[in-house]
Order: sequence, then structure tokens, then C-alpha cells
Amino acid sequence: MAEKVLMKGNEAFAEAAIRGGARFYFGYPITPQSEIPEYMARELKKRGGAFLQAESELGAINMTYGCASAGGNVFISSSSPGIALMQEGMSFLCSAEVPCTILNVSRGGPGVGGIQPGQADYFQMTRGGGNGDYRIPTYAPANIQEAVDIIYDAPFLADEIRNPVAILADGMMGQMMEPVALPEPKKQIMPEDVAAYKPWALTGYNAKPDGKRVVVKSLRLQPEMLEQHVEMLFEKYHRLEKELVRHESVDLEGAEIVFVAFGTMSRLCTEAMEILAEKGVKAGLIRPITIWPFPYGAFDEIDYGATKAVISTELSMGQMMEDVKIGVSGRLPVELIHRTGGMIPTSIEVAEKAMKILEARK
Amino acid sequence: MTTKLFFAGSGGQGILTMGQMVAYGAMAEEKPVTFLPSYGPEMRGGTSNCTVVVSDDKPVSCPVIYEADAVVVMNLPSLLKFESMVKPGGKLFVNSSIIDQKPTRDDIEVISVPTIELAEKCGTTRAANIVMWGALVRSTGVISYDSAQHVMEKVFSGSKARFLPMDKLAFDAFEI
Repeated sequence: MAEKVLMKGNEAFAEAAIRGGARFYFGYPITPQSEIPEYMARELKKRGGAFLQAESELGAINMTYGCASAGGNVFISSSSPGIALMQEGMSFLCSAEVPCTILNVSRGGPGVGGIQPGQADYFQMTRGGGNGDYRIPTYAPANIQEAVDIIYDAPFLADEIRNPVAILADGMMGQMMEPVALPEPKKQIMPEDVAAYKPWALTGYNAKPDGKRVVVKSLRLQPEMLEQHVEMLFEKYHRLEKELVRHESVDLEGAEIVFVAFGTMSRLCTEAMEILAEKGVKAGLIRPITIWPFPYGAFDEIDYGATKAVISTELSMGQMMEDVKIGVSGRLPVELIHRTGGMIPTSIEVAEKAMKILEARK
Repeated sequence: MTTKLFFAGSGGQGILTMGQMVAYGAMAEEKPVTFLPSYGPEMRGGTSNCTVVVSDDKPVSCPVIYEADAVVVMNLPSLLKFESMVKPGGKLFVNSSIIDQKPTRDDIEVISVPTIELAEKCGTTRAANIVMWGALVRSTGVISYDSAQHVMEKVFSGSKARFLPMDKLAFDAFEI
């Protein structure tokens, strides 16, 4: 185990991406994640990569499309409205099966919104704002170490599945500091090895080991071919739904209240559970670690004989609640505790609201 | 057991430095810790605050707090806003060099620290936050005396090494 260092979330995320194999970063500064492009501007050149400040997030995602098509391992980041600008490119990347890693350090919305932490990008990340049938695996870590471990694995995962992989953090995780153990750098794919490692990439006709020409594209004018292509993509997505889905369940047995929360909110719920325990109320937690694929199966673990309330706890107006309802499948009504716009509740506020919900049920 | 600390003042008073230095010390003691700064369109003279949660054993569940074991206020607006945040029986550290109002609560321990006057005696008024930090650390024991010395040696190294002797004096300047 590496020695722990005290790091700001954003800087730890950037370092984890580099150690995980990312060598190219295209971005445009936006609070609360501007430390990431700053870090990348300083570090990537030293580590055999390149940093480029794009003219906008639209530029950044399309530079990503180009660079990753040529086999470059790209990590990009932004915050909510910046991610919104990237959505068209994400659809193109998925269609063309071009990998990259995308980090959203989210803030309050809609619109330009504010700069304080938010989780109202749940739909944006899990449903996507780009056109067409596509999916992007999205992780929602709850602390800096977990985020580092996920971001570290993301560049190779993206290569393996030939699809973008996304991470949803929030402004609080980006700005706070925690001790973190950084993993050892992964072996880098050298430029001369890209053609062999990524036979689909645009490495030049002469570099192709098998002499085959390749094209990276998302235009398929014949509907038969497009349908066939999308069906092929969805075979992959259905496989990923089974292989990637991750969650954590805490104290579900005998729990009267079950919180469902990801990221920052799951940490508030953990403390709310302690406050409730002091009042003699047993509470549990389902924490999705992937939000797409969503861990619907986790809801079969609920002790429906004991549980009176399932509460989706969010920094949004109940976006995740829709997935929670699918997971619960009518076995119990689903309730919501939320703040939004950059406001964060205290753990005692969450506990008090949960008590009110529980009392109304009895 | 967790210890929850809150630091507030204006930008430039070393608020975030105080919080970070506790976090460094806790990490050196292998204790789980979180440091959460306020962030926003802030600048020198604007408001600044941060929260530090140190745990003795299990990981820190929640970096956001609703009450603190100890609160440090470095200017008057922070006293007015955050006095209520001290939990009953907790400690409130007041920078009495520039705060002329008295806290109103009687269920907490108030520790008035004349940071600027004491820092001046140590050789620089710029060590005012270290005077306060020393008072907090020695009074609460959130990190050990040795850890605090170690943190100061790390933070005040390189181009800042010349400040270390003054900061070490400042750390011990307030009599608790």
C-alpha cells in the first residue's frame, strides 16, 4: 500500500487519470473543477502526454473524438453546464465506439446555475443529452479514495469496451481534501504499440499489422445498417449492465428506513443513520456505485417485512427516485429527501425528515 | 469518536491554512480526516471558512457538520454567524485582537486569544493564525504536540523555512 498523502479531490482525480494511463487532456476551465486542467497543464507534458486548452467544451469533446480515434488515451473533465456542451460529442463517440474517460465535477443547475455542489446531473449522466440510442457507464464514487481507484481503472476499461466511461463527482468532492493512497502508474501504451493494441484506431495505413484499412465514423445512411449497428452496440450495453453494475448495501436487515443515496449524499446518510440509531430507529443504506448501470437488483435485498420507508436522498429534485421506483417495483411507496441548487442538508436535517416520513407510515 | 472543528474569518487570515494543518497532523497520526473548504467567488477580505473532521478509528462518514466541538472565529462577522455552531460544552476560540464583542452563550467555553499582540512578540504579526492554531491544538488535543511541530516543519520549509522559528514561538505563545 502506497503512503497516504493529503490531496484535494480535483488534484487526486487528475493524478489518478494519469497513473491509469490517460495522456491527453482537452478542456476549458470551469468551477468547481478548474484545478484539474491546471494540474494537467503542469503535469501531462512531463509524463509524455499533451494538454490543450480548448476554445470551449464543444471544442474539447471534438478534440477528444479526434485524438482518441487516432488511439490516444484521453481523459477530460468539466462541470455541469460544460458537460452539457459535450453531449453531442458523447453520442458521436459512442456511435463510433471511440473510448475516453469523462469526469463531471457537478454543480447546481439548470442553466449556468451556481458553483456549489449538486447532483442534478443524474439524468444528464445516466440518460445522456446526446441523440440516439447509446449508453455511457457512469460511476458515482463517495470519497476521494474510491474516486481515485475508479478513475485509475477507467482509461483501460474504456479501451476494453470501446466506449466512453464517465465519473460523476460533485463540487464538494472536488474541493475537499482527504488522505489518499495513489496506485502505482500503469504500464503505458507507447505510440508505436497503438496500432497493435487498438487495431480499429486511425494509426495510418502503413502502421496496420494486417494491412486492413479502417474508418472511424458515426454516419450510417442505410437504415438496415444503422439498425444492425445499434443492435450490436446494445448487445455490448446489455453485457455491461451485468458486468459493471456495482453497489454497496449497509445494514438492510431489520431496517425500518432504507436510504438510497450516492456520492456526497450517501455520506450524509451514513451519519443520519447513526443519529437515528441513537433514537432507536434502525436505518439502512443502498449506495449505487454505478448509476448506469443502476443496481436495480439491490432492491431485492431490502427486508420488506421490516422496512416501512425507502427514501431516495438526493441533491436534486428526485431524478434518481425514478430508478429507485423501478428497483422497488411497487413493493413500497418511495419517498424523497432532497435539497438542490447547491444547498447541502446536514445529517441531522436528513434524520429529522426521515423520522417524519417514518411516523407518517406508522 | 470524531472531533469536529470549524474555522472562520476573512480571506488572508490563514483560515484554510489552520484547517489544513490540522488535517496534515491527523493524517500523520494515521487518523481518518476530511478537510472541507468553503469555495466561491472569494478573495482577500472576503469570507473564508473550513471544516475539519478527525476520527479516531473508522473513516469519516460526513465531511459536512451541523455542530462543532470547537469553533475558531477570526473576525466579528464570523463570531456573529458561527457562535451558534459550537455544541453545548464545546469551545469557542475568539480572536480578541480585532473582535471587541463578547460571545453571548453561557453553555460553552470561550477562549479569547489576542493573536496579533502575541504574534508581534514572536517577531511577526503574520503568525497571528499560528498563535490561534497553537491555542486550539494545545487546548483540544485534536493532534499531539509532537505532530503539530512536525506539521509546522513540513509547512514552513523551503522558501518559508525562515519563518519556522517565529511560528514555533507563536504556537506556544498563548497560555492555556
